[in-house]
Amino acid sequence: MPKVIENIELAPRAHRLRVEVPRLVQKALAGQFVIVRADENGERVPMSIGGLDRERGLLTMVIQEVGKTSAQLCDTPAGAELADVVGPLGEPTEIKNFGHAVVVGGGIGIAPIYPVAQALRAAGNRVTAIIGARNKSLLFYREELGSASDRLMVTTDDGSEGLKGFVSTALQQLIETDKPDWIMAIGPVPMMRSVANLTRQHAIPTVVSLNPIMIDGTGMCGGCRVSVGGHTRFACVDGPDFDAHQVDFDELVQRQAQYKPFEKDAYERYLEHREECSLELAIQKAHHSEKTTSCR
Amino acid sequence: MPLTPKERMKIPRQAMPEQLPENRAHNFEEVALGFDAVTAMREAARCLECRQPKCIAGCPVEIDIPKFIALVAAGDFRNAARTLKDANSLPAICGRVCPQEAQCENNCVVAKRGESVGIGRLERFVADWEREEGGVELPPIAPPTGKKVAIVGSGPAGLTCAGDLAKLGHQVTVFEALHDPGGVLVYGIPAFRLPKDIVKAEVDYLRKLGVEIKTSYVIGRMDSIDDLMNELGYDAVFIGTGAGLPTFQDIPGENLNGVFSANEFLTRVNLMKSYLFPDYDTPLASAKRVAVLGGGNTAMDAVRTSLRLGAEKAMLLYRRSRDEMPARQEEIHHAEEEGVEFHFLVNPVRYIGDEKGWVKAVEMIRMELGEPDASGRRRPVPVPGSEFTIPVDRVVVAIGNKSNPLIQKTTPGLETTKRGTIKVDETTFATSRPGVYAGGDIVTGGATVILAAGAGKRAARSIDSYLKGGSNGSELKI
Repeated sequence: MPKVIENIELAPRAHRLRVEVPRLVQKALAGQFVIVRADENGERVPMSIGGLDRERGLLTMVIQEVGKTSAQLCDTPAGAELADVVGPLGEPTEIKNFGHAVVVGGGIGIAPIYPVAQALRAAGNRVTAIIGARNKSLLFYREELGSASDRLMVTTDDGSEGLKGFVSTALQQLIETDKPDWIMAIGPVPMMRSVANLTRQHAIPTVVSLNPIMIDGTGMCGGCRVSVGGHTRFACVDGPDFDAHQVDFDELVQRQAQYKPFEKDAYERYLEHREECSLELAIQKAHHSEKTTSCR
Repeated sequence: MPLTPKERMKIPRQAMPEQLPENRAHNFEEVALGFDAVTAMREAARCLECRQPKCIAGCPVEIDIPKFIALVAAGDFRNAARTLKDANSLPAICGRVCPQEAQCENNCVVAKRGESVGIGRLERFVADWEREEGGVELPPIAPPTGKKVAIVGSGPAGLTCAGDLAKLGHQVTVFEALHDPGGVLVYGIPAFRLPKDIVKAEVDYLRKLGVEIKTSYVIGRMDSIDDLMNELGYDAVFIGTGAGLPTFQDIPGENLNGVFSANEFLTRVNLMKSYLFPDYDTPLASAKRVAVLGGGNTAMDAVRTSLRLGAEKAMLLYRRSRDEMPARQEEIHHAEEEGVEFHFLVNPVRYIGDEKGWVKAVEMIRMELGEPDASGRRRPVPVPGSEFTIPVDRVVVAIGNKSNPLIQKTTPGLETTKRGTIKVDETTFATSRPGVYAGGDIVTGGATVILAAGAGKRAARSIDSYLKGGSNGSELKI
């Protein structure tokens, strides 16, 4: 089973996990994804690739705690194992020399733009990276993206770091001063939609990477259906990258909400478990015995 | 004193006890409960021990049926099990899901004057007896040949091929994309027809034969067929990746919440165990009025599963009439007993959603049967102006699967048909690539467990001869 080598809290409720999956890392390309199961009874959750260390065989995932499975992953200490990490899945991002290529990452979407920026750079592009979050404490990967790009632009909703506003605010500025030839945007749906709306007006080719609910990730279940240009596509095998100007974002939002009550229920149960377990750990510590080392 | 043929013919076909429909429609326990030893011996005594038996020719995995039945009649269940497993590594599975009425039992001489011998039920009895006894001793395994074979996909074709090749002394690795081995046996067929511990036991038997199984390993992504042969040192490959790409009708509203492919619906329930939420994490919203579209075994599985999940109304919508339904008679019968509503000669034209994007109704059109089509069945034709709407809160689309294109797309030189299935030589199962073989649904399109197992068996034979230098492995005549 894949072993977690490192677990670092990058931002509140956002952890960077490095997992040992050498052959997967050797084969994976920028833009592909993996499916993770935390434990034997776990659901199968698609996760973006937030870095590939081919020398050490380590896959990086940046995980934001939004429900039970992501909380379990964030609680997985270095040295513990995950039930499965399967991949690489999906088609890699189409990388070529576009000229001035721009990668835009919002929130947790900052992680997957990093390997894409690296690949674009290697293909000879001049790369601008735009990253944004609600506030300064939620930003990460400044150094990584700083070194993988020619220019790094930072935005926060509250102005606590960089430009005050959204990533689209920075992108608007960039379009006016140094027009991109190609854009990739990854982040929450409202952010990808606003980037798409902006770049459509300027006719700049724009790609978004979608992360709908899926089970197998190999085209078998069809749960990840998205409408692109009026046609149904499977994000797991036809994507995850699609033409941003053709994606039906409303449908994506609607389909993502399918299991909301269950997600809430499972998360609340897990939070209760975590609270009890933390107490247990504290008591153990007081008695200098360490039978359990994590709450997962 | 052996029975005379006349005496044998007088014994009635033994009934298989079943859970009562009103009980089983609400649980996932197996519907059919199996024979006890006395009943099995009585059923076996019905076999006429024909000098020229016809039944074996009806069995895609070539079980010596008269021999195992004679052993059951004599109470020698251990050797009966041995006989089954000599030919078939998956007897507890095949005894449950094979359409015996169209195969071995259809050829049974007794059937000419009455009802055929219950071959499938006896196969199931013997396999279950063996498992409960803790398994019989392993069959003789040939000395190691030093050859490595990769099997892509752990469904019935792959597992059968793997077992036969292992017995012949080859080193076999099965690659499975999902986290549990079994393919359609675990994600597709519900537990009430095929309990999952039975699949597990038969997979464990293959492991005892020396088969290695790697789960969560997607061939075509992690490694290509060429990687398997060039980098990882496999001497031959068998592709048994099945028909796993769901078909939709391409009508308005299909992407509403609550509209599922049968694959997704069944996978959520069977593989991911959503009915045990929150002990298992994968959810599935409850539904009271479920419409399942299609007329095959998968549609039957989906509609009967819906009842077990608590549907008040489980409806089957089929565009032709009862006579054209491809599902097994037994499944149709079971579904009717359990209270499934059948609606024939109807076809959805669109799904209607509520303000939150959940399906709330299906608009259908009535159909009538016209001239026969390519399948020989009369083609359903819409009746203009006959549209009507029924309220539903879940739709499951079970109108068939196409082949998954991943392997074909990532294997240069692998010839495919217009339908996207892999082309093979009909007798050897060799593809256009030397050393690469394929069988099961990836070759035929959606068919049955036993036809896939039969293909796996015959492919194993030709892979063995290829590895021993008997053929060059590229025998596909295109």
